Amino acid sequence: MDSTTLTSKKSLVWLALILIIFILLAFVPLYAPGYPIVLLSSILMYVIMTVSWVIFSGPTGYMSLAPAAFFGVGIYTSAIIGKALPFPIVVGIGGLASFCLALLVGALTLRLRGIYFAIFTFGLVMLIAHSLLFWELHVTGTRGRFVMVMSYGTVYYYMLGVFVLLLITAYLIRGSKYGLALQGIGQNEDAAAHTGVNVTMVKVITFAISAFFMGAAGAIMATKWTYIDPFIAFNPFFSFMPVLMAIFGGMGQLYGPVIGAAVFTYLEEILITRFAELYMLIFGTILVVAILYLPDGLVGLIQRLWKGISEGKHVDT
Amino acid sequence: MSILEGKGVTKYFGGLAAISNVDFNVEQGEAFGLIGPNGAGKTTLFNLISAALTPRSGTIRFKGRDITGLSPYRICRMGVARTFQLVKVFADMPVLNNVILGSYFGMSPGMSSKDAVREATELLEFVGLSAVKGTPAKDLTLANQKRLEVARALATNPELLLLDEMMAGLNPAELAQAMELVTRIRDKGITIIMIEHVMKAIMNVCERIMVLHHGQKIAESTPQEIATSETVIKIYLGEKAHAGS
Repeated sequence: MDSTTLTSKKSLVWLALILIIFILLAFVPLYAPGYPIVLLSSILMYVIMTVSWVIFSGPTGYMSLAPAAFFGVGIYTSAIIGKALPFPIVVGIGGLASFCLALLVGALTLRLRGIYFAIFTFGLVMLIAHSLLFWELHVTGTRGRFVMVMSYGTVYYYMLGVFVLLLITAYLIRGSKYGLALQGIGQNEDAAAHTGVNVTMVKVITFAISAFFMGAAGAIMATKWTYIDPFIAFNPFFSFMPVLMAIFGGMGQLYGPVIGAAVFTYLEEILITRFAELYMLIFGTILVVAILYLPDGLVGLIQRLWKGISEGKHVDT
Repeated sequence: MSILEGKGVTKYFGGLAAISNVDFNVEQGEAFGLIGPNGAGKTTLFNLISAALTPRSGTIRFKGRDITGLSPYRICRMGVARTFQLVKVFADMPVLNNVILGSYFGMSPGMSSKDAVREATELLEFVGLSAVKGTPAKDLTLANQKRLEVARALATNPELLLLDEMMAGLNPAELAQAMELVTRIRDKGITIIMIEHVMKAIMNVCERIMVLHHGQKIAESTPQEIATSETVIKIYLGEKAHAGS
């Protein structure tokens, strides 16, 4: 058997596995409508945030701390137009609003490199939160907003839908020539530009695509929270979590951030419910250990173990 | 026919004139050498041509079209490719992907992935890197990284290739291979401008040579005339009075 048929067989197995997982996920609400759905929705939300973050920041190495801004824009979109329009359109507009914001911010700031970009994007989150607060205090005279309520099942299915769309998008980008260009930008931006890559355009568009999914996730999640204000919607926590989860899972493969975010969220949930007082202590320890000893994240660990097992087999025979 | 033409090209870094009022004219199909002591402005001139920098004044024309102030990727897609004095390969990418990136985004965008792979494979063969096409670029020797840069530049399908000190730091065997490679590139009909300190290489390969000193053009002629020119010898070896004392 030559290597091409081997790889195509391998990818078929993968495809089948992914399909089975999604079919199972699609039926979960029928069998476990309560807490499992709430937990799975929140896992899906973090997975979406993390994978979106990795689409842009993974290959380019531009560390964006703007996820909270794009997530928050989605949340506020949902709060403002949620009652007036059908939900699918609300989610779409939430994504588009973040997409547009990212285009604007990206065009202005993606010439900044390294730490300056990270700081600017973090500043963006603060700027939007405080501007909104100022607006609410001095113009509308309100504090926060109520959001229309959706059932747990609806939230779950929308999250799942956005996640599927995101996975397909991320997969297509990775395999395309733009995926290669993004890697080139991360490894040597000047060389990429002199090799014909329109670096500004590639960066800004990818940044905006990643923001779209964060905004959509925000628009869906808002309905679970029923009440939001600028500091709930634009909580910097949502900027840091995707970064930590991506590092935890490993960014080399597409499934790295997925696994990282899922395990991370589940771990957090377990720790909060079982060891409420020790939660942060245990969590912090796990994080430090992961960063010190798992340079390629969980996926790197799995790959090393797997390699060890299969090589061990070869030694035996 | 001239392929590249510069008129009064000037660039300042603060108060320092890195390039001042330089005119040049490169003919289609020739190998044009650019020499001068360290800090003469050779790489700055390359950066101006490839649009890594914008000139303060003056115009640069490529095939008659004014390209001053365009962005680097545009210049590349018009048919001007370059290599770098300090190599800038995509370090963690396999050698083959470094070159494929050039095929995808160079002069002929819209290339299918099959064609891009085929073209990149041929180019690696051409520069002699077929054996290491799966290796990450960072694991190559300096000589091979420089060749990889040449392959990547060629993948963009250029009409004009700027080679910035491609031969610096190579051992004699590698040097001979590099000179032979430059000759083969020129035989493909690609115009070459090369910056070089290795005199043997530049004298053998180039038809014409321009000498820069403190940002000014002080000579432009055939290799024979440059080698015997008093001004050029003075710049490289110093004034007679100084040399004698």
